[in-house]
Amino acid sequence: MIRFIPRERTPVWLTVAVSVGAGLAALLLTAIPLALSGAPVLGAFVLMAKGALGDGFALAETLTRATPLIFTGLAAAVAFRAKLWNIGAEGQLYAGALATVALGAGLIEAPAYVLVPLVLIGAALAGAALLLVPVLFKTRFGADEVVVTLLMNFIVLLFVQMMLEGPMKDEMAMGWPQSAPVLDEATLPKLITGLRLHWGLVIAVISALLLHVFITRTVWGFRIRAVGENARAARYAGLPVGKAMALVGLLSGGLAGLAGASEVAGLKGYLTADLSPGFGYAGIVVATLANLSPLGVIPSAIFVAGVFVGADSMSRAIGVSNYLADLVVALALLSVLVGGLLTRFRIVLVRREAV
Amino acid sequence: MHPDPRPLVLSLSGITKRFGPLTANDHIDLDVRAGEIVALLGENGAGKTTLMSILFGHYVADEGVVHIAGPDGQLSALPGGSAEAALAAGIGMVHQHFALAENLTGFENIVLGTQSLWTLGLRRGAARAKLERLITESGLATDLDVPVARLSVGEQQRIEILKALYRDVRVLILDEPTAVLTPQEADGLAATVRTLAAKGLAVIFISHKLHEVLALCERVVVLRGGAKVADQPTLGASRASLAELMVGRPIPARERPPANPGAPVLVLRGVSVGAPDQRDRLQGADLEVRAGEIVGIAGVSGNGQGALAQLVAGLASPRAGEALIAGLRASRADPAGRIAAGIGRIPEDRHRDGTIGALTVAENYVLETIAAPENQRAGLIRRDDIRRRAARAIADYDVRCPGPDAAVRALSGGNMQKVVLARVLERAPRLVLAHQPTRGLDIGATTDVHRRLIAARDRGAAVLLISEDLDELFALSDRIAVVHAGHLSAAMDTAGLDIRTVGLMMAGHAAEEAA
Repeated sequence: MIRFIPRERTPVWLTVAVSVGAGLAALLLTAIPLALSGAPVLGAFVLMAKGALGDGFALAETLTRATPLIFTGLAAAVAFRAKLWNIGAEGQLYAGALATVALGAGLIEAPAYVLVPLVLIGAALAGAALLLVPVLFKTRFGADEVVVTLLMNFIVLLFVQMMLEGPMKDEMAMGWPQSAPVLDEATLPKLITGLRLHWGLVIAVISALLLHVFITRTVWGFRIRAVGENARAARYAGLPVGKAMALVGLLSGGLAGLAGASEVAGLKGYLTADLSPGFGYAGIVVATLANLSPLGVIPSAIFVAGVFVGADSMSRAIGVSNYLADLVVALALLSVLVGGLLTRFRIVLVRREAV
Repeated sequence: MHPDPRPLVLSLSGITKRFGPLTANDHIDLDVRAGEIVALLGENGAGKTTLMSILFGHYVADEGVVHIAGPDGQLSALPGGSAEAALAAGIGMVHQHFALAENLTGFENIVLGTQSLWTLGLRRGAARAKLERLITESGLATDLDVPVARLSVGEQQRIEILKALYRDVRVLILDEPTAVLTPQEADGLAATVRTLAAKGLAVIFISHKLHEVLALCERVVVLRGGAKVADQPTLGASRASLAELMVGRPIPARERPPANPGAPVLVLRGVSVGAPDQRDRLQGADLEVRAGEIVGIAGVSGNGQGALAQLVAGLASPRAGEALIAGLRASRADPAGRIAAGIGRIPEDRHRDGTIGALTVAENYVLETIAAPENQRAGLIRRDDIRRRAARAIADYDVRCPGPDAAVRALSGGNMQKVVLARVLERAPRLVLAHQPTRGLDIGATTDVHRRLIAARDRGAAVLLISEDLDELFALSDRIAVVHAGHLSAAMDTAGLDIRTVGLMMAGHAAEEAA
């Protein structure tokens, strides 16, 4: 018989082990559908690993894919820490991307050291402003932010499509619904010539470090944690609960907006309505795998990105659909949720006593 | 002694439970007979909760066996680690912290889990009739048809007791059942327990009120440090001898020098708080609490003391009238402003309002003052300074915990309350609001809280003590006011005041007819 005994405290190594274990368990479970499809299981995994990490090129591709996931992962982590269930990172990403194009595609002419920060700040503000609406609805009227943020994703995406078909449409794009390209001065430089990896990664990693310091070391970070863990007691202790929530909204939306800026100004160069293959939603998985730790978001995003990049490469080689990547990521999420039991309970096997 | 003719219902033998290096239960034997009322005494950490959790299948004992009588009277071993088995064997418990679904009514809470899922709808008629009978028999009158969240703590506990009775228990464990009842209600409960025992119910009575234990129970079992240190008839025992057995050393009599009141610190003139249709509201209350005195507010919870506490704590504002709190005209809800004005607030529910369980002892210690210069510089938390001061507070207030970095939720109730006390009293507040400050605490922790409240008074603080425990109110207060149905009586000098008078006023009788 299995017994669950609540833990008084959870050691850090266990939290890490659960996340790593969940990733491995997800890969193992994926072996079942792989085997059923008749593919060589071991060979497929080797191809996946090679595709994700096999050489410098593969690694750079994985890190490129991880960059927006770090941003959206951080956006989810900071919001979920405060129990603000922001499901709208996808929309906030597009808001940031829209701001990037609006500011960086010719409206303002300035040298790179002015234009790049301007574009990033503009994108962060756009994402933040978008999330501020549901946060205010929540604090003022008690509106459920899950519903509001989720539905706003669709509104934003339709708005982006409208802009791309109308005012923002690039006349030079042969009729394709895409924006004019951002200026060279607004572009995030490549990290290594010849690879797609760009400075967005550096900004993402710095953001994670800053967010970690902010949450653990600052007064406002303390207030956010207090509000997230027990809003009633925080209010009783005189903490500014509404302001803390608004700040969380600004941070979370801003980080998601940066994901959009990083994708447009660092990778694609212009905006299309298929800029993000669900980075905003994948950020929730990334944050959950990282146990909502900003530093944990970095490896977690690299894992999820690696799965996607590796699966792409594998599917090209042996013809197994790359939807397998979605399966791995979904299984990883489920595994980490099950693994969460281990961090909250000690699991003890007891022999049923003879009566 | 001649052998007891009543059959054994419950027999624990050699129960041992270890948590790492800590032995929470050390070879405990306990027999309970049908119709017997046994008191289980012990300080927090003595092992009472662990023992009851083993009985209830929440923990599995490392050693030892629990035997329980079946319907035929035959003893058989209770499988460990199964709450279902414990419930099926007829063990019922009313916990100190209630296990009620707050959005369901009292009736739904009581019936919940007793009917098959396949029954369409609740079989209200039969259940209702049985409940009405139980209520009549036990005198536990309460409104069964409003959501539990709207009921006071006292009423919620009545629902809990009814819930256990409804399940036809053969062994009923009552954990601090009278902590929130008026003396009259407590007498009623005692009568109920006696009636039920006379019908053959075995009762294990956990209480810190030793006079109740002496009056109600025929046998008392004392745990200390995980071991059983006494198992004796209550006949011949005294409050002092029991307290000494629990603590392991003689307890000095509480000393309370006379009050030396100064200028008023809390002044209410015709203050109303809360909508008129709200249950826990205050209507046209007048009250004055002066520096250097303790004013106690007696009343069954839900009669307006909650609204009073919210007003003083800064969670509510007066709807009418004038409230001067520590020199501050309290016209709006502003917890931070109240704290800044020098009001120390000890909330009723330390789990929900007083502490943040996931944060550390040090973080909870500075929860109200995180923005103060000694705790931060340029928005960055001074972690080392905070940890150092928290470590000192842990020593000063005798908080038993692994250290300043321990999560508060791992602490016992008494130690959690000490963290709140340290936070509140360290800043030498001008006014202390103590709302049920010792609810659920053991003798040691209670004595400590009382000593510190009196020390705050002697330092010159005005203390507003809201409690349902009349012993506590009479022991601490210089003056006592009674609140009933939103109306606050004039504060009366404690000296010469009769506890029965206060009890009647709590039930709604005016001061003149009560006296």
